[in-house]
Amino acid sequence: MIKTWVTPGGVHPPENKHQSVTQGIGHLPIPEKLVIPLSQHIGAAAIPCVEVGQTVLKGQVIAKPAGVVSIPMHAPTSGTISAIEHRPIAHSSGMLAPCIEITSDGADNWIEHEGISDYEHISPAKLLEMVGNAGITGMGGAGFPSAVKLNPGRQRPIDTLIINATECEPYITADDSAIRERAEEIVEGIKILSAILDHPHNIMIGIEDNKPEAIEALAPHVDGTGISVVVFPTKYPSGGEKQLIYILTGKELPSGKLPADIGMVCINIGTTYAIKRAIIDGEPLVSRVTTVTGDAVGIQRNYDTLIGTPVSHLLTHNEYDEQAGGRVVMGGPMMGFTLPSAEVPIVKTTNCILAPSYAEIPDDEPAQPCIRCGMCAEACPASLLPQQLFWYAQAEDHERLEAHNLFDCIECGACSYVCPSNIPLVQYYRAAKGEIRHAREEKVKADHARERFEFHKQRIEQAEREKEEKRAARREAALKAKANPPAAKSETKSEAKPSSSAADIIAAAQARAAAKQASPEDQQAKLERTIAAAEQRLKVAEEKLAEAIESNSDKQAVLSAAVENTRQKLEQSKTKLAELQA
Amino acid sequence: MIELISQNPILAALAALVGLAIVFGALLGFAAEKFKVEGDPIVEQIDELLPQTQCGQCGFPGCRPYAESIANGDEINKCPPGGQSTINAIASLLDVPAPELDAEHGEESDVKTVAYIREDECIGCTKCIQACPVDAIMGAAKFMHTVITDECTGCDLCVEPCPVDCIDMLPVVETIADWRWSIPPKPGLIATDKRGELANQPVEEDAA
Amino acid sequence: MAFKQVTSPHAHSAQSTAKVMQLVLWATVPGLLVLIWQFGWGSLLNVILATVTAVICEAAIVKMRGRSVAFYLGDYSAVVTAVLLGLSLPPLAPWWIVVVGSVFSIVVAKQLYGGLGYNPFNPAMVGYVVLLISFPIQMTAWVAPLALLPAGVSHPGFAESLQIVFAGYTPVDGVTGATPLDVFKHSSGLLVDQVYDREPLFSQAMFAGAGWEWVNIAFLFGGLILLSNRLFTWHGPIGMLGALALMSVIFYDSGSSTSPGSPMMHLFSGASMFGAFFILTDPVSSAVSNRGRLIYGALIGILVYIIRAWGNYPDAVAFAVLIANFAAPFIDNYTLPRTYGHTDRRRATEKEEG
Repeated sequence: MIKTWVTPGGVHPPENKHQSVTQGIGHLPIPEKLVIPLSQHIGAAAIPCVEVGQTVLKGQVIAKPAGVVSIPMHAPTSGTISAIEHRPIAHSSGMLAPCIEITSDGADNWIEHEGISDYEHISPAKLLEMVGNAGITGMGGAGFPSAVKLNPGRQRPIDTLIINATECEPYITADDSAIRERAEEIVEGIKILSAILDHPHNIMIGIEDNKPEAIEALAPHVDGTGISVVVFPTKYPSGGEKQLIYILTGKELPSGKLPADIGMVCINIGTTYAIKRAIIDGEPLVSRVTTVTGDAVGIQRNYDTLIGTPVSHLLTHNEYDEQAGGRVVMGGPMMGFTLPSAEVPIVKTTNCILAPSYAEIPDDEPAQPCIRCGMCAEACPASLLPQQLFWYAQAEDHERLEAHNLFDCIECGACSYVCPSNIPLVQYYRAAKGEIRHAREEKVKADHARERFEFHKQRIEQAEREKEEKRAARREAALKAKANPPAAKSETKSEAKPSSSAADIIAAAQARAAAKQASPEDQQAKLERTIAAAEQRLKVAEEKLAEAIESNSDKQAVLSAAVENTRQKLEQSKTKLAELQA
Repeated sequence: MIELISQNPILAALAALVGLAIVFGALLGFAAEKFKVEGDPIVEQIDELLPQTQCGQCGFPGCRPYAESIANGDEINKCPPGGQSTINAIASLLDVPAPELDAEHGEESDVKTVAYIREDECIGCTKCIQACPVDAIMGAAKFMHTVITDECTGCDLCVEPCPVDCIDMLPVVETIADWRWSIPPKPGLIATDKRGELANQPVEEDAA
Repeated sequence: MAFKQVTSPHAHSAQSTAKVMQLVLWATVPGLLVLIWQFGWGSLLNVILATVTAVICEAAIVKMRGRSVAFYLGDYSAVVTAVLLGLSLPPLAPWWIVVVGSVFSIVVAKQLYGGLGYNPFNPAMVGYVVLLISFPIQMTAWVAPLALLPAGVSHPGFAESLQIVFAGYTPVDGVTGATPLDVFKHSSGLLVDQVYDREPLFSQAMFAGAGWEWVNIAFLFGGLILLSNRLFTWHGPIGMLGALALMSVIFYDSGSSTSPGSPMMHLFSGASMFGAFFILTDPVSSAVSNRGRLIYGALIGILVYIIRAWGNYPDAVAFAVLIANFAAPFIDNYTLPRTYGHTDRRRATEKEEG
């Protein structure tokens, strides 16, 4: 028995797993139409590379990855592309998203494909490329592109590979039945993973003790491979990545870090099967095991389902009774979300379609006030204080929420499950998280807008300043060009332009005062002197200008302005003198 | 000296007071220097809270001038894009009661908008480019202009100057990527009676 | 096919607030039975009267607030408050004492603060303290336990008890008596052993005070039932009883004339067990985390001892609980549990750095 650790909290909801494993994994007829959403994973949505009306073969690429964190999509069966448009998809919002629709031809013809058996002698980079090209994402939960996850980079060597076979959600048996029937291929897939990750010395399959058949099925294949099957007591939520890492290794994943940061990679067991198919058989990910269960369906069973199969196809083939239940859940009863309609397709992360009857899962009771009984805190696997988070989420107190580590909540639903007051706690947390993320984005945007505004202002100011500088330069040149006897001030008054400089204003005022005090005779004498001086200056300036033009100096403009200025002043003085004499 | 002080209690008291004043004064001066807090000036903090649409609805040319004006005692309820939440935030920062939004400056809108230029009609006059406070409009004289949606703050300022009225303020469409969960309707005592509501409602209405 | 949109999780445990409250009510039954056995019908009358009053008050207020009366009465919280108050009042207290206490508990301490879940103070204890301060004479007159009744005298029968409670009829002498904590408080100058010899309340008892030790054992039993049903964790009760025991050991002073009494007497007299398992475990007004509840319980234990030993009142659970209610948010601020993936605990007001 290998040592395991016990996580805090957790709940034991009724398992309800036996109903769907009475029969093996079944196959359904190919649906008439399949809908493949372009975003079934975390990261950028794939870009369609087919056109409406084009015929495609099973396994043919119909959408290309958009960037590194993205995956291609493949045709799950042969047929014709009949639409590329927005359709309802498996998302809590119930909104539409871009999808490719294929009308199947029923032949299910594969595109030419080829795998490799000698994966030990192929470079990890090549294997990774094959995994990426096969469109494989994590098939347990969020759907993170596997090729990205398996490529943590040289600075993060991986010494522990954890295969997640926990399947802790009630009702779901997709992984369980897959292990029972495909243990050999799964172990093969784990060996490929080991080769990709440069043979980590710790390879563990974590599995709960409620799957004895699966554990037995794995045993002969892991014998002598160095892979250990670690069995631990059943408790929800042991299958969360953070929880499983703690159960198997006793280490906590530091908040905000990835498993690769502490030398671990965690892969769902369904994904290992897909990787085996991709490498050995050369088949992209076009189907997965999905559990169809709940008392509202007549047949509860696992199916090897084509990606893109509408849920309605599964329901009708399993005698769904519309009267018996009101909701259809994609995923399990703890973390799954209700589907807006049966037209939603199965995606790469769909492990279960749960159609419970009203007797199994009755309508929610109205919420009562929180009495802070603390049962939620006892159930929380992350040791949070759900009752306080609820309080602050209601008050929209974002600071307190962050101080209470809201973002470490894994939304497992254990708190809502035990809440005696039926408070939809998880929804509060999701809403609060969304609100905080939104506020952060807004903040970034606002800061950006502020920066752009400041820059805009600066630019305008600079343009303004440059203009002003030019004006100032002109004026200065003009002043320089004209002789500077104190008497000259009397005429400057008449042509005093509005000036920004305080000194100029004062000088002008003084000049005005002097002009008033001076008698007409004095003024006349002054003007005559000024005219003489100005004529002299004009002559000098014109000479200078001529020189500058000859030598092609860059002062030309300034000098010509100065000459013009001086000439104007001379004219003005002359007119004034004429006026005075008249 | 000591004798003099002991014989004149008033002198003693004076000396003691002066001494204390000097000691504490020095202490306070030292503390003020030593533990000086380099806080954000209040203008910066107010500016942080404003939505940075730079729309000028407050009557100031941009958010920062308004922040400066608030710091100098202006009303804090002149910002329609920020709405009540901004007013509340500023009120709590300045520790003053939060007033209602001043309707004179506009109404708060839940719908975020961005400007959109109907490009066929644009005559390339650059008037909107000059009006845009965040340089979010691209184009040149006699060439068609367009709005960089990501940079647009939805301030409206470009709509007015357009001589051919080819700029629309379009609401931002919610996509799956920015869809958010909403807070459930409040439970229990403070809010309304749920059981009564549920009884009177068709089944599909109780989506939580 | 259009389906219903419901948020996850879809599965829910069978637990409900009403069931929690009902279980608390059942757990008080042993205590109530022992109270009746030792002190006569008075406690039962208290409980019934308090319950009727509380339910009427609750219904009236809920109605005034325009809410569904059935929905809010259905959580049994008013009944629990009333029963706890009824159990803590002296048996055979005049009817208006019970009514005034219940009205105050429900109307002022609970509903005016927003109703269930929003009251910062334990409603039953608010009602009790208001009565104790307003009507000290009625509130300190206890009935003598069974063992101490004079020969030939028994507790008043049910009909007679009704007369006492509602008509102010005064029964024969010898029925009323002091509580062990009272006796101890007023026996200064005597060694502990001397008190034990002289006072029949102690000399007739096994280890604490005649009658009272049984009451406390019964409440301890009821509390253990709740604990085994995981209605609360051990932290609060153990914190309080541990602190109370520790304090009485430290200050026992080997039974001198100034000793405030033995640990056994403190643990099994007055409202010690009742308080530890039924009062301070009220989750609404207590601290929230386990560590917080341990501290909260210990604070109550220390306060109980301090008031008993050196204060003016013989028993102090109600005061101690109310004072600790004040401190609960403060305790919460410093007792945030360590979250998965974080290396240290933080204060509730601190934001993560970096």
